[in-house]
Parts: sequence; C-alpha cells; structure tokens
Amino acid sequence: MSKFSALTLLKGALTDYKNVEPQWPDAELKSEYDVIIVGAGGHGLGAAYYLAKEHGITNVAVIDKGWLGGGNTGRNTTIIRSNYLYDESARLYDHAVDLWDGLSQDLNYNVMFSQRGVMMLAHNVHDVQSFKRHIHANRLNGVDNVWLTPEQAKEKCPPLNISPTARYPVMGAAFQQRGGTARHDAVAWGYARAAAARGVDIIQNCPVLSIERGPDGTVTGLQTARGFVKAKKIAVSAAGGTSVVMDTAGVRLPLESYPLQALVSEPVKPIFPQVVMSNTVHAYISQSDKGELVIGSGTDQYVSYSQRGGLPLIEHTLASICEVFPIFRRMRMLRKWGGVVDVTPDRSPILGKTPVQGLYLNCGWGTGGFKATPGSAHVFAHTIAKDEPHPINAPFTLSRFETGRLIDEAAAAAVAH
Amino acid sequence: MLLIDCPYCKEKLPELEFEYAGQAHIARPDNPSEQTDAEWRDYLFIRSNVRGDHAEQWRHTHGCGRYFNAVRNTVSDKFIATYEIGQPRPTGAEKGEEHDEQLES
Repeated sequence: MSKFSALTLLKGALTDYKNVEPQWPDAELKSEYDVIIVGAGGHGLGAAYYLAKEHGITNVAVIDKGWLGGGNTGRNTTIIRSNYLYDESARLYDHAVDLWDGLSQDLNYNVMFSQRGVMMLAHNVHDVQSFKRHIHANRLNGVDNVWLTPEQAKEKCPPLNISPTARYPVMGAAFQQRGGTARHDAVAWGYARAAAARGVDIIQNCPVLSIERGPDGTVTGLQTARGFVKAKKIAVSAAGGTSVVMDTAGVRLPLESYPLQALVSEPVKPIFPQVVMSNTVHAYISQSDKGELVIGSGTDQYVSYSQRGGLPLIEHTLASICEVFPIFRRMRMLRKWGGVVDVTPDRSPILGKTPVQGLYLNCGWGTGGFKATPGSAHVFAHTIAKDEPHPINAPFTLSRFETGRLIDEAAAAAVAH
Repeated sequence: MLLIDCPYCKEKLPELEFEYAGQAHIARPDNPSEQTDAEWRDYLFIRSNVRGDHAEQWRHTHGCGRYFNAVRNTVSDKFIATYEIGQPRPTGAEKGEEHDEQLES
C-alpha cells in the first residue's frame, strides 16, 4: 500500500485521482485466529492496529455484522475532550487526547484532528460550582481546563447569547483548549488501513451468532453467518449490541442500550469556532469543515435497538440551541439519525477481562465513546495481549458492580455525556 | 413519537405524557441482609437489555400518575401489551429474561 505524502497528494490532484487503489482488502474469513475482535468500529479496529503494532500479534480478525465504521463511530458528533472529574476517568480520557495528538502521523492518514477547544456553559449557580470543581480536579490531574467569564466566552465564541435576561443565562464556562473534533469516518478508515497493512483481516457484513466455549469454560471460537471460526482470544467491542453478543457466552452485563440522536444543518460559512456544550439544557454544537452545524441530542428514555429516536428530543434540543444561539433560529436542518449506545449504571466504560478465560470486553461508553477511541483501543490491545489490564484501564472492571468500587461520572456530571 | 395505552386511563396517549421507569418484574430481595454481593449486583445493575420483547415499567406522569407495566419490542419500538402493576407478564419471557426468575417475587 502506498504511503500518503505531499507528493502523492500532488500526483493525485494532477491525475484527477483516477488511480486510487483500495485502502484495505475485503478479507476472507480464515478458519483460525489468535485474536478475533467483534465490532469494526474505531475502538475495535484501533485495538487490532495496536495489537499488531505494539504487541506483534498479527493473526487477528476484526469482524462486523455491518460495514466498517457504520455503527456509533459513524454516527457520533465527533467531540473530543478529557475534562472528567475522577482521577481514573481523567487518566483514561487524557491518554486518548495524548494519542489523538499525532494520530494522523502515526496512521499516515489524515483524521483531521482539530484542537479548537471545548467550551461547557454554566447556566446556574450549581453549574458554576460544579464546573469550577471539575477545573480544579482537572488541573490536579494535569488536564487543561480553565474558567471563562461570560465576556471571555463570548469573545471566543461570538454567536453566544450572554444577555442576563436570556432563558438560559450564561454565567461562565469551562474551557478545554486541547479538546476539539476529528473526522470520525477517517478514524475508522485510518485504523482499518493501518491494521490491514500489518496483516489484520477485516471481515464485514458477517454477523456473529454466538461465542462458543469449551468444557473448561474457555472460549473456543465464534459461530458466524459464514460458519465457525476458531479463536484463542475473543475481544468484544460491539457498543449497543454488546449485551446480545455477550449473552451467548453466558455473561450478563450491567448495560442498557438507548437510542442517541444527532443532526446537521445546511452548510454555512465558518461562524462557529469551538465546540460548545450545555449540560443543563442538554445540547452541544460544533461546525464541521464542510460548514454544517453538528448538533447532538440526548438519549431517549427507553431501551431500544431501533437506531432511530423520538422527535420530541430533537425538538427540545433545537429549542435550547435557538435560545442560547438566537442567530441560528432560521437555520434549516438537513438530516437527523440515531445510534444505539450502551450505558452503564455509573456512566463509565467497562474495559478489561471478563469471568470467561480468553474473553475481553470493551463496552459501556454510553454517549461519549468517540473521544476515547485511540486511548481505549491502546489499553484494550494491551489487556488482550498480556491477559492483564494496563494500569490506565485497571479500575474499569466488570467486577466493580459487585465490589461497589464504581467510577461514578454519572453523579459527577448529573447528565449523560 | 410512541403512542402508549395507559391501562388505568384506558386511553392511547403520546409518549410525552409518560416517563420510562426501567425493566419490569425486578423485585427487591425479601431478606436484604442475607444477600451476597453478587446477588446485590444482579438486583441493582444487571439488566436483560434484550433485543426483542422487553417487559418494562412506565409512569403516566402527566395523566393519572400511576406506574404500569408494558411489553414492547425493542427493535420496532412497538407496544405489544400494557398491563397493571401486579399482573403477570402477558407474553412468554424471552431468552434473555429467563435468568431473572429468581429475582421475581
């Protein structure tokens, strides 16, 4: 596979990109692998890449029921930040931000990582106190996060309405400059290309029917739509579908799958320089490089695998956005879509080993898994290769729901994130 | 928007009047002090999260204010039945929910 450089770009431009070669082969399923990863999203493909690159394990397949990056990797609002309250979360998400920085070079694929900054608006006294607490906790953990007055926030983000008579007055904001966005599809494509170049098989449109276990309980392989395939280790990274897959191995999980929606507006000229989030009214917004406003909504209240969602949420989100940004009141929305997110009771992921020998689990990212993609994939690969967790993901066990050692970001933020 | 049949009001009303209240038929253990950590985990956190027919609780918040149960398909979001609290589930339990039997009162 050719390496991308300024020269290949120039060559492509001069030849109208008529000689583009496939970036990875659509592999045939072999009969046996050292590691099979279920779920070809950013987390799964990334884990395959780091298994090959850092641990020399290349007899690996990444298998998906649909197309690569077609689940939540291709459905999120691409926000990246690491300003989480608890030490464990700060380490995990900041590990990801460290890896995002330099990921394009590492993969030789432009993931369009843009550290434009993430601003979280405070609308009431509780928000102000809670965000300041987050800022202090973040600074102790070496995560950048600063407090902005309403005027400073407005200076950074001119469309913001900071009138004190607004329905949701802006009393200040927490701002993480290292946060921002990346091109979500490119993350999946970049990891797929780099993993395939190191010998990883990517198997698309092949649903996993069940995880098979031997008499001693160890995993033996997967029953798939294309037949049985043997595997020494199986790593499930299947987001909303995790409960269904893990149930076949007899492992029941503290997960609930909810629809989460997002929408984009018609494309306009650059107007919105940052990512702005408002937890109180539950809306977040950024502008893509194409010019569309990318808007995230909340999860529906009921469990569902429909990959749709209810219109009342969209209405609520847009009402809030029009209130905070009156300039957007006449903007037209182009499309909306939904994904299925797997939510844990403490809103922190489960990332590590399971009670079943040879079975590894990366799930429970809820509404905020994209930001963690490289960090999560990196420590997940370590866990699979060494059969023990990396110090960064060691606290994110499945057993914490039995011991009570929760990482309660749900209580910390009082919202989904 | 879901249309939900409240079994008390006997009327089909929009989702906005209702609040979802989680998986149904999970009873708090009668003898809390004798429960193991694993049993508490199962009661508090483990959910069937089934891809198919799901028994769940709803509350008619902006109507009669009462809790009731429903069976809804989580792929189509179609309601199969709604029934009063205390009534048994009207359709057979699916594979994922059979495990919950020890938790039912």
